[in-house]
Amino acid sequence: MLEKNGVPSREQVISCFPEPSVLIKPKAVIECYQEIPCNPCETSCPFNAITIGDDINLRPTVNQVLCTGCGICVTKCPGLAIIVSSIKQDMAIFKIPYEFIPAPLKGDIWNALNREGKVISTCKIISVQDLAKQEKTKLITVEVRKEFLYEFITIGCPDER
Amino acid sequence: MKKTPFLIIGGGPAGLSCAIQAASLGQHVTIVERSHTLGGQLVKQTHKFFGSEKQYASVRGYKIAEKLIQEYIKLQDKIEVLLDATVTGLYPDKVCTVVQNEVYFKIQASVIVVATGASEKFIAFENNDLPGIYGAGAVQTLMNQYGVLPGNKIIMVGSGNIGLIVSYQLMQAGVKVVSVLEAAPSIGGYLVHASKLRRLGVPILTGKTILRASGTDCVESVEIVDLDDSWNPIPGTEQIIEVDAVCVSVGLSPMHQLLSMAGAKIVYIAELGGWVPKVSTHHETTMEGIFACGDLSGVEEASSAMVEGRLAGLFATKKLLKSVDGFDQIYQDLKSQLDGLRSGPFGYKTRVGLLQMKEEESC
Amino acid sequence: MKGLRSFFHKLGVYCVSALWYHSICESGENMRIEKHPILEFSNHNEIAFFFNGKQVIGRDGDTIASALHALGIKELSKSIHYKRSRGFYCAIGNCGSCNMTVNDVPNVRTCMTKLEPGMRVVSQPGKGELL
Repeated sequence: MLEKNGVPSREQVISCFPEPSVLIKPKAVIECYQEIPCNPCETSCPFNAITIGDDINLRPTVNQVLCTGCGICVTKCPGLAIIVSSIKQDMAIFKIPYEFIPAPLKGDIWNALNREGKVISTCKIISVQDLAKQEKTKLITVEVRKEFLYEFITIGCPDER
Repeated sequence: MKKTPFLIIGGGPAGLSCAIQAASLGQHVTIVERSHTLGGQLVKQTHKFFGSEKQYASVRGYKIAEKLIQEYIKLQDKIEVLLDATVTGLYPDKVCTVVQNEVYFKIQASVIVVATGASEKFIAFENNDLPGIYGAGAVQTLMNQYGVLPGNKIIMVGSGNIGLIVSYQLMQAGVKVVSVLEAAPSIGGYLVHASKLRRLGVPILTGKTILRASGTDCVESVEIVDLDDSWNPIPGTEQIIEVDAVCVSVGLSPMHQLLSMAGAKIVYIAELGGWVPKVSTHHETTMEGIFACGDLSGVEEASSAMVEGRLAGLFATKKLLKSVDGFDQIYQDLKSQLDGLRSGPFGYKTRVGLLQMKEEESC
Repeated sequence: MKGLRSFFHKLGVYCVSALWYHSICESGENMRIEKHPILEFSNHNEIAFFFNGKQVIGRDGDTIASALHALGIKELSKSIHYKRSRGFYCAIGNCGSCNMTVNDVPNVRTCMTKLEPGMRVVSQPGKGELL
């Protein structure tokens, strides 16, 4: 249970995703399950696709029509609770935040981890973006088999495992 | 004796924000800070903060300290800062005694804002004094200020925001966090912090606590145990875990000692962290012209401390000048920021605590 | 000739490495963070000081306690009555566990005191002697 061990249920995760048909283009998926006083996702979105409102405790909602999946909110979120997701044929493409060393390099094959930190598959590193405005949170684009759409959340360095 | 119209004790987020507010209203202020830098606990925070833009949301804590210091520098003709200066006594006539580099002197002020923050609580368990057992603040200081590892394999006691955040920071520094223990049946801090840890494979174990630590000259292992609904250890559930460090993160306790010495009334309000100075809605203590703000007046987040600091700066300035241009506008803006930070479920405890403080006021 | 030069070069490198490794082991485990994903610890200027009579190395920017901790030294004092080991606990001068005698001055809060070259840091047996 989320409140007991920090891991959301599959249903909770799916409730944050748009319909798979929408994911032909990359879209933000925000896993913010609690009301906490926080709104940088809303204020940072250049397309006004994220809404929280005057009460900054409210949970954010994403307008999937306006969202372009640019990933700015991914590195802005202080809780690292946002990923960008899309589906391309048999693969799911994610943009995730990453704040560890060693960082992967483009083309690397790393471990794909689920929300319990377990290795579920491997993934390919498509790109690593580290712009100054991201304030040391890297934006990593990875490709993993689409059957892991609702399981994949982050990457793990293969040497450590 | 040194004289200053406006004295601020503590140069952390509340004290600095207070100085910036007062100086921007034309006041000359003196900050007395016991450590060698301004910024308080912010200087060792590497995570991005929450809140809204006005409280520097999404900015890393140590960068917020840098921003506050830059704002102070713009007003440095009005803000005097004494570093490595410890206030050793505070008196009802608004005199405080200070020791700086082994020199002892006194400061007489017209108004004083005390922003001394809070210190870490502890829990009792066998051998809790072994080297290798640290408060969470100490772990952050070692890691993030001095670049020194507290250990290689650590167990975290407490799943509030600080426990969860420091666990993540430990993993970033390359320390293995074997688990996070939480005595209560559910996680205390923000679930987003908990989820960040779980992705790294760090278990968060609720309904468990630490029974004892073992080791010859430093900690080598801990024994943990399950708790029942009445917080009693359940025999037979003991487990030994090998670690070389323990981090205890079980809450903060406001540092009211100087105000207590000066004769200000101190009241017990559990929701605000325990013993806190009784303050009016204007942040004034029962000693006229002496104010309190930040974690000292109620343990919250740094975002609230910064806004409270500004409020105290505003009220203390009004005390000196009797009236302040634009007072209502500034006050409404700061109040709505604070209300916004406190209006959600995580602000409930603070709201309950502040209601009790208001009842104290009418006593 | 080239082979001989290469041999002596390798021997020299080996000797230097062995001495360096030896000094790290002798001073205890090295607890420094050399690389960090967010922070930079770029100030590596060394400061030599004395701990219980032995020369050890800290870095510019250290406090006495952080320098000792970096060397793997965890015991900083002993409790007054039962002589139990005490170490770094609060790091901001509240708890008193880090009190040591520095340059003959007792009860110095080593977690708050900046490391300076040549400092003589000594474990004190309990309450320091002021007179």
